[in-house]
Amino acid sequence: MKIKAAVISVVLGLLFWLGLNTSLENEVLIIGAAVVVLTAVFAVSNPVLKDLKLGPKALAAMIAWLFVFLVELIKSNIDVMFRVISPRVRINPAIVEVKTALKSPAGRMALANSITLTPGTLTVDLVDDKLFIHWIDASSTDVEEATKAIAAKFEKYLEVFLG
Amino acid sequence: MEMAGAILALIGSVIFLLSALGLLRMPDLYNRIQTGTKATTLGTLVLLIGMSLYHPDWAPKLVILMLFILLTNPVSSHVVARAAHYIHQKMTDRTVADALENDEFIEEEIV
Repeated sequence: MKIKAAVISVVLGLLFWLGLNTSLENEVLIIGAAVVVLTAVFAVSNPVLKDLKLGPKALAAMIAWLFVFLVELIKSNIDVMFRVISPRVRINPAIVEVKTALKSPAGRMALANSITLTPGTLTVDLVDDKLFIHWIDASSTDVEEATKAIAAKFEKYLEVFLG
Repeated sequence: MEMAGAILALIGSVIFLLSALGLLRMPDLYNRIQTGTKATTLGTLVLLIGMSLYHPDWAPKLVILMLFILLTNPVSSHVVARAAHYIHQKMTDRTVADALENDEFIEEEIV
């Protein structure tokens, strides 16, 4: 378990370091490797790395989630922009309750963050498996219907790689 | 290539302009967060993609900037909204429902 977390953080850290430096000189690589390994030692207890599942299925889900997320981001941004420029600001706000099926803290965190990043929905609080979400155009205040409209599309993929 | 970068940067700026307009037009804090902080995510992404087309050698650093914004932006807007709800910041009259209103969750957690 710890080895997996260490490997993930070393790979991510090295990619980050190379992106910042954009060079492959020996000095740069040696300093980078030393710092990255040191950071990984501190990062192995990170719960996000522990909950992350690896494998082809998880990777496919991760890519699908990124894709769904980007499409959602663009769609809802355009939607919110039209709300802003319409003559009488078109809003129907409410704080609704959503129940998530995800068990791991990292999965819930990722779900809350995906919901917050799409304009129109904003996670106000997260208590156990309940998310309280400020929704700019609440079509329903019912728990199940709100879950279907806001969380289901991200949950489907997050379930596979973060549980 | 430079032309495409310039056009993307322009689109990003327009998104920024509209979210600034939203900041003025929305009736309460929660709705302002919706437009003011989050509509800017797409604006920043488009602007940075445009910049990386304009200066291809900056691309790796710009990708890291995008990741940074995607990771930190939701956390800050969530914390602002949560704090506002905790101090009972008034919601607009057009609000339909508040599922958190009768829950003492936030108070319990802090005490």
